[in-house]
Amino acid sequence: MLSKSKIFFKGIVAVLPHMLSVIPFGIITGAIGIELGFDPILVYATSLIIFGGASQIIFMQLLSGGASSLVAITSVGVINSRHLLYGAVLSEYLEKLSFIKKLLISYFIVDQGFAESNKYIKQNKNLSNPHIYVLGTGVTLWFCWQLSTISGIILGSFIPDELGLKFAIPLTFLAIIVNDLRKLDHVFVMLVSGFASLILFDAPFKSYIILSPIVALIAAFIMLRLKK
Amino acid sequence: MTWLSIIISGIVTYFSRMAMVALIDREMLGTKVKEVLNYVPAAVFPAIIFPGVFFNDFGSFVEISDPKIYGAIVALVVGFYSRSVIATIVSGLLSYWFIIFFLLR
Repeated sequence: MLSKSKIFFKGIVAVLPHMLSVIPFGIITGAIGIELGFDPILVYATSLIIFGGASQIIFMQLLSGGASSLVAITSVGVINSRHLLYGAVLSEYLEKLSFIKKLLISYFIVDQGFAESNKYIKQNKNLSNPHIYVLGTGVTLWFCWQLSTISGIILGSFIPDELGLKFAIPLTFLAIIVNDLRKLDHVFVMLVSGFASLILFDAPFKSYIILSPIVALIAAFIMLRLKK
Repeated sequence: MTWLSIIISGIVTYFSRMAMVALIDREMLGTKVKEVLNYVPAAVFPAIIFPGVFFNDFGSFVEISDPKIYGAIVALVVGFYSRSVIATIVSGLLSYWFIIFFLLR
């Protein structure tokens, strides 16, 4: 039987390889916030309050580009709808927790932590405290994310404008989906979303950022229907 | 106003993490919905990538010879073969900087 601290430690170790991508991503998020003209305190607040790299970048990019708050908030919601999936999978392992503990642990559910927790808990079905593992991954990622975005915020004030760091935004998002480029069905959905965004770019209130994913998800739904 | 937007976005994000764990019965999320949710990253991120590469700061199409297009192609190829987040971003930025600082001067 593994002790709680050992399970927690296993969670920490499991996400360490992810730091190779989490730390640069965090630095870029902080630096881009500064580049887009936000106050350092505001940029850091997104790390603490939103705590999700992609959401933070899109949120700041939209607001700095003159989008309304409603569009920025809605697009954060669309991006984060994937968490529903993580929650649905993890809820099975977190069932025994009290309501308060469920509320607390939810804050720490992030992509990499979910991926590792799901893998480990599936392989160790009779684990007595699966939530400790989830917490180990989440807390580690949280600390690294806070530290790396703060580094990015500091670094961002030294980066000259001529470098055109804004180009790091599309590159960062390309890097996030690079693993799915080998799956044809995913590539199809990506192309639908990409071309939809070019066509809908001039739609009012920067709503292309919400409309394009919806068009692409409808395409995904139709594709799944036709497959069967 | 910005503060309020950050806080609401934070609540929305937290809710997306917490809803299925603490509030909603997971059976509520049907298989079909789960299958579609799998495609959320593929549906969301290209809507940022494409305009970021193909439009300039004023919202009009860039020329086919724009450094951003070459940077994105390099990043795409490197990313496809390396599957590495850092290699994708760094190769894209370096090739972009190489073009704007050395070839266009």
